[in-house]
Amino acid sequence: MSVTRTHPSTSETPVPVRPRGPLSRARWAVTDGWTVAGRDLVHWTRQPWEIGFGLLFPVLMVLMFVYLLGGSMSVPDGGDYTEYLMPGMFAMAMVFGLGETVTAVTMDAARGVTDRFRSLPMASSAVVVGRCLADMLRSTLALTVLVGFGMLVGWRWHGTFTEALAGFGLLLLLRFALVWIGVYVGLLARGQGAVSVIQTLEFPIGFLSNTFVATATMPLWLGTIADWNPMSSTVAAVRGLFGNPVAGGDTWITQNAPLMAVVWPLLLVAVFAPLCVHKYRNLSG
Amino acid sequence: MAPTRKAISARGLGRRFKDEWALRGFDLEVEPGTVHGLLGPNGAGKSTAVRVLTTLLRHHEGTAEVAGYDVATQGSEVRYRIGLVGQNAAVDEILSGRQNLRLFGCLYHLGGRAAARRADELLERFGLSDSGDRPVGTYSGGMRRRLDLAAGMILAPPVMFLDEPTVGLDPRGREEVWSAVRDLVDDGTTVLLTTQYLEEADRLARTISVIDTGRVIAEGTPTELKTRIGGDRIDVVLTDGTALDRAAALVAEATGHPVDVDLEGRRLSAEVDDRVAALTRSVRVLDEEAVGVADVLLRRPTLDEVFLHLTDSGEHSPNTTTEVAR
Repeated sequence: MSVTRTHPSTSETPVPVRPRGPLSRARWAVTDGWTVAGRDLVHWTRQPWEIGFGLLFPVLMVLMFVYLLGGSMSVPDGGDYTEYLMPGMFAMAMVFGLGETVTAVTMDAARGVTDRFRSLPMASSAVVVGRCLADMLRSTLALTVLVGFGMLVGWRWHGTFTEALAGFGLLLLLRFALVWIGVYVGLLARGQGAVSVIQTLEFPIGFLSNTFVATATMPLWLGTIADWNPMSSTVAAVRGLFGNPVAGGDTWITQNAPLMAVVWPLLLVAVFAPLCVHKYRNLSG
Repeated sequence: MAPTRKAISARGLGRRFKDEWALRGFDLEVEPGTVHGLLGPNGAGKSTAVRVLTTLLRHHEGTAEVAGYDVATQGSEVRYRIGLVGQNAAVDEILSGRQNLRLFGCLYHLGGRAAARRADELLERFGLSDSGDRPVGTYSGGMRRRLDLAAGMILAPPVMFLDEPTVGLDPRGREEVWSAVRDLVDDGTTVLLTTQYLEEADRLARTISVIDTGRVIAEGTPTELKTRIGGDRIDVVLTDGTALDRAAALVAEATGHPVDVDLEGRRLSAEVDDRVAALTRSVRVLDEEAVGVADVLLRRPTLDEVFLHLTDSGEHSPNTTTEVAR
């Protein structure tokens, strides 16, 4: 290059806006969170196949369970298996998001992006908040795609529009709780190994619940564990709200599914959110 | 508030991981507008020191101030005044160079328009304008590291931390980074540079701290350190390993210095005071005594030898340093 480099003098260097007072600090925390989430949105547009595959996977699962296995499945109280299955698959799509969260967090830590963020004078919550926003957006998209596909294979909601909205709300609430677990695991592990472990665990978590079959068909001890899987409460509550077959049981935990579909996620957030903040502030190594 | 005169000042800094002290009794003073090299082998505590000084890691002992602010209690103030580049600071591989700089600019709270303008300026300045819109994943090592530097320069911070900025780069990439660092210093930035390479510290740093097992074991200008460490060295590789002892005696006599013997490499190594004359003398006596020589070279001392010398000399034993620190 024949161009001589001219240095911009230091007087031209931009001056940052500094937060003054708690209100402006809170505003910056939100803005910084959005900025960090915006990075993920650019990732999506630059690597559409990656998000595309993430959206496709639950669709393949639905195909498999409806057409390959669905023929031999029966719902205890009667009712259509596809109608029974779809709310479970919606919840499954939320659980698959866990692996995506852990992947994103461990990648940033391994590549040093997390350290770069931590050395900036931005809101210390922004990295986690940004992760949360991006993951929630992505899971909302996944849910939308899966709802559309469910309708193609014959699933319908029979309740009111408000009930349907409440159902989707509960699913996203479950995802919200999983974000915090994912961030914590990702920060704790800081390695690619954690991703494999979590992605392997997603299936037992999904199967050890009422997602695919009614817990009443399991041995009592296993059925009890499955009933107490937080995912089961969400799935049962969502089935009720959509007017799909519930096939619950008469134990306390199955009778109170709608309540527990709210309590479980909030409990998980209450435990894991402070852990995340603490871990993020004290990252070492 | 009376900021101290030093750009970086650490006193008795200590940080342990479980029961291991990665850093202990670490002292450092860096004058504003200079490059200070932190020289040491892997695991010496260089990165731990940088992570504590950049507020990424809390310390357990001592105090540290950067740009006049305490890293423990005024972390946010420190973060407005530092840039961090190197093995532990990175850029997003999927975003383009320009998008990276805009992202970080926004996180520095410049506002979107100023962040975009600053990104363009920095791409230009670091010679990345042409590749600014390509994903960083397609960049060469040197380009990546320059983008890294640019990201650390967004606020033109008074103090830059470069943690092994040339590790893994080819010679050309290394030259690119070195030239960028010199530009920083021309603009009045204080630079703390960690490196394992004596040559790098020599080329860039005005003062150097040699660090080992978490503390500074020697300090001074490159020239001062080199004088302490000793001069150039001669290496002689023999064709026949059985002649090593005899050859060692001859080389010791020719150079006037003790000879290190490497049995496996059939290699003798000794300090020389008068370079070519010592080389000529050594080759001549070896030839006269019919010792087969495969290779001879004159070279600068390696970092290993620097450390051997410093830990052997006793004048800066760990104990003494600790006493001074307290």
